Amino acid sequence: MTKKLVAPFDAETVKSLHAGDRVLLSGKIWTGRDAAHKRLCALLDEGKELPVALENELIYFVGPCPAPPGFAIGSAGPTTSGRMDAYSPRLIDACGLAGMIGKGFRSAEVIAAMQRGPAVYFAATGGAGALISRCIKKAEVAAFEDLGPEAIYRLEIEDLPLVVAIDCYGKSLY
Amino acid sequence: MSRTIKFEQVVEAAASLCGRAACFLPQDVKESLLAAGKKETGELGKDFFRQYEENFKIAEADHLPLCQDTGFAVWFVEYGTDLKLDKGDIYAALNEGTRQGYTAHFLRKSIVTDPLFDRKNTKDNTPCIIHLTLVEGDQLKLTLAPKGGGSENMSALKMLKPSDGRAGVVKFIVDTVVAAGGNPCPPTVVGVGIGGTMEKAALLAKTALLRDIGKPSADPRYAELEKEILEKINASGVGPQGLGGDITSLAVHIEWHPCHLASLPVAVNINCHAARHAQVIL
Repeated sequence: MTKKLVAPFDAETVKSLHAGDRVLLSGKIWTGRDAAHKRLCALLDEGKELPVALENELIYFVGPCPAPPGFAIGSAGPTTSGRMDAYSPRLIDACGLAGMIGKGFRSAEVIAAMQRGPAVYFAATGGAGALISRCIKKAEVAAFEDLGPEAIYRLEIEDLPLVVAIDCYGKSLY
Repeated sequence: MSRTIKFEQVVEAAASLCGRAACFLPQDVKESLLAAGKKETGELGKDFFRQYEENFKIAEADHLPLCQDTGFAVWFVEYGTDLKLDKGDIYAALNEGTRQGYTAHFLRKSIVTDPLFDRKNTKDNTPCIIHLTLVEGDQLKLTLAPKGGGSENMSALKMLKPSDGRAGVVKFIVDTVVAAGGNPCPPTVVGVGIGGTMEKAALLAKTALLRDIGKPSADPRYAELEKEILEKINASGVGPQGLGGDITSLAVHIEWHPCHLASLPVAVNINCHAARHAQVIL
């Protein structure tokens, strides 16, 4: 069975998701990779306001290709999530991040933070960037424009195919 | 008799290959993915294989990169000793071709200036990596194998002891691929280099990724080893995207070289299912 979800979403939705569930996600999500995560955490360290609100939101770990003319975005598959492990618990605990989308396993620290959150971790299909780009209807730079493909974008998505890889109960498919 | 070709001709051919390699999956990789998809029994796994097929079809139809990580441009060059460029050198020509190709085909620029301190994007995906071999004749053969970070990061090299033998080699390769889990975007192609020196083993492993998928080693002993390692990897259950299933790797390719009597170097270079490469002969 495939569940249809709209982001952003609340804790009740997070709790309704279980490892192995297939999901088609629509709505609005942020993008972010290592460099953006590092900056977000540095702002938290300094006690400053973040340029994007993270409560009930999802971050997609992606650094897209440039959009060719007539396209909303270029190829846009997930990057390896493990590189964000150092930062994700902070964003869940301090900012109320509801979920992450990426590929590959997460650390014990991230899984523990997801249980506290609660937060969910979805796997998108790595290496299927062209297919995924068709699910992205709009992409606008929201913060850290100087980071190029690593900037934070606001994406409007429609039926992005995902799998719940780790749920908020600590259950993992990896 | 020597033949002269224009520097610009090499630049244009290289730029065109950048677009072709990023957007068009080679036929042998497509066939291997379709065949593996039929063998996969996991429900999630079957779904991923359907997505891979749809992905390579969309990439080709829309001229979109198969994967957003359009990689480090790694060039394998066979350069005929009777061939001359009208100006400059092959290194400059391939860097210029990479620069033009990654921009013209809307590929992601993923190279940073310095690995440790600055990490500033060079914004044109240069410098590229060039492996040059001199051959007889007056031709220039260019092979581009763009390499993504996700699978490259899961690669490993170890200087084993000769006493570790066959069993030690099998264990190191299987452990490396299984520990990588879903990070290198399985089903992967596993390139292995055994023997030579440290850097020779690494280069052999990368070269092994260029072989047509599933074509066994010419040496029957190594062909048998490839088969055994592939079976062990696929028995692990890591599966497509690391989320469980029968097919973790599509193939294991081993290249080997004579080595020092004290050594047994083994390098494992993992490639994702979007195992990209493209070739042209000038």
